[in-house]
Amino acid sequence: MTTSPSIAGIAGAAAAPDAPVQKRKRPRVQNPWAIVAFVAPFALVFTLFYVIPIGYAVWQSMLVVEREGTFGEAREVFGGFAQYALVFQNTAFWSSVGRVFLFGIVQVPVMLGLALLFALLLDSPLLRGKKFFRLAFFVPYAVPGVIAAIMWGFLYSPNLSPFEAVTSQVDFLSSDLVLWSIANVVTWVFVGYNMLIIYSTLLAIPGDIYEAARLDGAGQARIAWSIKIPLIRPALVLTGVLSIIGTLQLLAEPQTFRSFSSAVTSTYTPNMTIYATSSIPNVSLAAAFSVVLALATFVLSFTFLRITRRKAAAS
Amino acid sequence: MTTTTTMTAVNPTASRRRKGGGQDAVGRGPREGVIPRTAAFLVMGVFTLYFLTPIWWLLIASTKDRGDLFSTNPLWFADFRFFENVGALVAYRDGVYLRWLLNSLLYAGVGAVVATLLASMCGYALAKYRFPGRETLFNVVLGGVLVPATALALPLFLLFSQVQLTNTFWAVFLPSIVSPFGVYLSRVFAEASVPDELLEASRLDGAGEVRTFFTVSIRLMFPALVTVFLFQFVSIWNNFFLPLIMLRSEELFPVTYGLYAWNSTINQFPELRTFVLVGSLLSIVPLIITFLLLQRYWRTGLGTGALK
Repeated sequence: MTTSPSIAGIAGAAAAPDAPVQKRKRPRVQNPWAIVAFVAPFALVFTLFYVIPIGYAVWQSMLVVEREGTFGEAREVFGGFAQYALVFQNTAFWSSVGRVFLFGIVQVPVMLGLALLFALLLDSPLLRGKKFFRLAFFVPYAVPGVIAAIMWGFLYSPNLSPFEAVTSQVDFLSSDLVLWSIANVVTWVFVGYNMLIIYSTLLAIPGDIYEAARLDGAGQARIAWSIKIPLIRPALVLTGVLSIIGTLQLLAEPQTFRSFSSAVTSTYTPNMTIYATSSIPNVSLAAAFSVVLALATFVLSFTFLRITRRKAAAS
Repeated sequence: MTTTTTMTAVNPTASRRRKGGGQDAVGRGPREGVIPRTAAFLVMGVFTLYFLTPIWWLLIASTKDRGDLFSTNPLWFADFRFFENVGALVAYRDGVYLRWLLNSLLYAGVGAVVATLLASMCGYALAKYRFPGRETLFNVVLGGVLVPATALALPLFLLFSQVQLTNTFWAVFLPSIVSPFGVYLSRVFAEASVPDELLEASRLDGAGEVRTFFTVSIRLMFPALVTVFLFQFVSIWNNFFLPLIMLRSEELFPVTYGLYAWNSTINQFPELRTFVLVGSLLSIVPLIITFLLLQRYWRTGLGTGALK
């Protein structure tokens, strides 16, 4: 794992640098073992279940299976980047990457755009019954991805759907549309969650900031655009990063959709490819897929953080 | 302006929202016309239908027997068979469904409690003490936030199979007690809400650091702890890849994975359809109740995570 300065990007984006807090000299600790007692348990489980697995995946991805003769005993030997060469030749994997990429560039902006709109409406004086709307929009977040997919799978199915008038005309489970049907499920689950993160940030803005704008005659839309949105940029970045990570991890929803639609193959998303490869079993290749996917997630999240921070600095 | 009446109607809600802040919601002043208000209400109304209709449908569907499910209005009650359905679900295969629910509660409930405790101690130490390697540790943990949990599932499976832990309770439980995001949130929150003076006072009274944490600081950090707990709870409850790859024995499944397994065999066993629907409905009830009960705490913590 890298510890380059840019890694602090997520901290900087999500919370202000904590420099002011550390101005004052901290009181001296009598017993330094207390610090060990606080940090060690987490450090231990983090090492065991995060650091070591990542290292192990990298190691495993470098192995190849070798046999002596056709029926000889299989042994694992070091093969360098042989598995990665296979990863790059694997067209199923790359088309699954392309698919989630297409999914992400459409679904993430739509979802965050809606979440922002709802949060701004909740924060404006235009709306009554805020408590009700906030709750109603958040309820889907309590529905696990698998359950949400089962539910929507039924709603999409031509013979089961309550909206037969629609589903008899449009086949939501066809190969053309199923990706967007899945996108709808993911959006349905997560809009409320993102809305709440943005809304909580809006609530933390002191009301008097708007006073001057009010006196200048700015309306709600103008205040939202020129004051609120710039101020809540960190929350938007946070929800953006989390959504990017979520998109690349897509698994439960498409996997569940396999029982509703034959258009969803066993290698529909990168994670499904990893699972399918590991159960062949070809664990070294699956490990190489995992490493590539984790790296891609890392790089994309970083790039996103970088771009959004540069914009923030420029404005 | 002619909106004196709306002013009195809107203002109480507007100022009540800010707990103890005493600020008036000036910028959210009540000077908007009827058209923008109607538009806002329409947008929210339409989306309320979008968010709640599927759940309503699930509720209705789980009150029907198999025949009615297809032949009656999908969005309204027919013969009310909810309790018969629940009874049949619970009785099916010696109550395997209840077993799954219990498993989920253990994985997610106990797992999230342990995760919250470990993460909050670490985040608290990062916020309140200076020690060598502090920033390095924090940066590594932040890197962990960016590592997708599903990328860990396969290597964890490979490691656990080396030590013969796959297909056990521990295979799903142990990885769930790590919450890097929890460390991050606890650190931010401890910095904002636990004053150094209080720690100093506690030291003068002769309390040890650990005791101070458990008697004083943990209370001040409560909203953050609830937030960490809930998000870890939900992410364990929803985790799909880990059980998928680790578990073979049905009696170890969490409820979501069990329902997934049933749903995948619906074409061979159509009688499972009712069980999947009723089971899905029952499985989301505990989460909704937990969120409702704890909402006044976790919403405070949520804001802390994303602001500044």
